[in-house]
Amino acid sequence: MKVHVGAAAEFEEGDRRIIDVKGRRIGVFRVDGRFAAYLNICPHQGGPICEGQYFPQVEAVLGADGTLVTERSNPDRPQLVCPWHGWEYDLRTGVMVADEQIRLRTYETVVEDGEVYVVA
Amino acid sequence: MSLYTRSRIPVENTLLNARLQAADRGYDDFVVVDVDAHHYENRAWVDIVPYMEDGPLKQWAESMVKRGGGGGASAALTGVQLGNQEVGGRIIRAGRNFSDPLDTVKDDRHPDVVRMLWAMDQMGIDYTVMFPTPMLTLGLHPQVEVEVALARAYCRWLTRELLPQDDRIKTMIYLPFNDPAETLKMVHEFKDVPGVVGFMVTSVRHRMVHHNDYVPVYAAIQETGKPLAFHAAYNWTEPSMTQLNKFISVHSLGFTTCNMIHMTNWIINGLPERFPGLKVLWIESGLAWIPFLMQRLDNEYMMRTSEAPLLKKLPSDYMRDMYFSSQPMERHKNGRALEVTFEMIDAPNRLMYSSDYPHWDYDVPAVIHDLPFLDDKAKRQILGGNACEAFGLDPTVVRKAPSRG
Ligand code: FES
Repeated sequence: MKVHVGAAAEFEEGDRRIIDVKGRRIGVFRVDGRFAAYLNICPHQGGPICEGQYFPQVEAVLGADGTLVTERSNPDRPQLVCPWHGWEYDLRTGVMVADEQIRLRTYETVVEDGEVYVVA
Repeated sequence: MSLYTRSRIPVENTLLNARLQAADRGYDDFVVVDVDAHHYENRAWVDIVPYMEDGPLKQWAESMVKRGGGGGASAALTGVQLGNQEVGGRIIRAGRNFSDPLDTVKDDRHPDVVRMLWAMDQMGIDYTVMFPTPMLTLGLHPQVEVEVALARAYCRWLTRELLPQDDRIKTMIYLPFNDPAETLKMVHEFKDVPGVVGFMVTSVRHRMVHHNDYVPVYAAIQETGKPLAFHAAYNWTEPSMTQLNKFISVHSLGFTTCNMIHMTNWIINGLPERFPGLKVLWIESGLAWIPFLMQRLDNEYMMRTSEAPLLKKLPSDYMRDMYFSSQPMERHKNGRALEVTFEMIDAPNRLMYSSDYPHWDYDVPAVIHDLPFLDDKAKRQILGGNACEAFGLDPTVVRKAPSRG
């Protein structure tokens, strides 16, 4: 079933909309000009993952000899962070950062004639 | 423009998903008790200080409140805890680092009561046992008399101002444990006060729980029939903990080691034999430490029996007689670890659900309800039945039924 979300032009980079599809709340995000859609239920304890914030992934920088040089934020790897307890997911894919076997429930999105739809 | 400028969105109800869980799982059919949730007493010193007894300590506290206002006084009164609870702002807590409609709602009751009842309604909880927050580390205060004075004022304020506002909120009395004589006085003062369901020692301190000075305290609490709880926390300035460079590390170890130390002294010195009717409850260390300590102590006791002459059975047998709160319940990928833990601690009769809400690692009731290896009876005992029995609460459902609406 295709569910209408809104006009693509209404979404700036990072904008989201949470829609209700027969009692299921689904978050639709614009990232890199594309649309990603996730069920608003975190695999941890069921928190509202789609209401979470974006944080750049934290990376450690090591020297050639293995010493730790620094830790830094990488804004090119945006994460969606669950507001309940902080589980972190790749905003583009819904894959959990700490354990790739854990993924958000994702939905296909399509853009037709400038309108965004979720296949749910 | 960077997507990070659109990182945060307004949210009306940060616990909506918990309410949906409660409705879907039918928590309105049975009583749910949360044996450990918190409020932020640090905002309330302006109201608490008037409950202090007249004298120089009250003058000091009043001057701190005057200087720092209600919240600002807290650091000077109870001390500052180093921390990064919200993981650099990633975790959102309504009323703490996130504003929701409840922040400005008009209500005659105290804001902490309003906030607590709201969270309970969302999660489907009938009764909550409420504790303070910064006072969890007040046991480190070098002035013993400060712990005594603040604890007494806080407990009087809590039981006279807040608890009478709603019968669903209970407390275990904060004991100023660094002073055994004053602790005993507190037990007597509060044992029959409405809303008081037990007594609580904050575990972060440096006192030997088996010291003879505490014998009258344990006898008096045993006499009341109410539980004695040890509530864990972390202390980053503890010498061994200063080696740890991340909050994750000190939080993982601090909350377990403080209770392990008290539990070890409690068992090895035979306190369960000396106070067989005293109900003891261990709060907020999760569950993984219990099988660890059971195995460790049993193994050593078999080799060094003469060092623990009061024991009539294995250390783990005494631990199995005790109560434990569930949060933060470690749910390892290998689910058998948790299943074995439940078996080792006799969870259907001894485990009590706790949320620890609104602290950052809180557990919603579904963490118990959704466990695949528990039957319905065990789930209900853990979510409320065991607490009702231990605390003498009426096991009738009292909350408004949560709904999807
Ligand atoms: S529910 Fe999402 S991190 Fe816990």
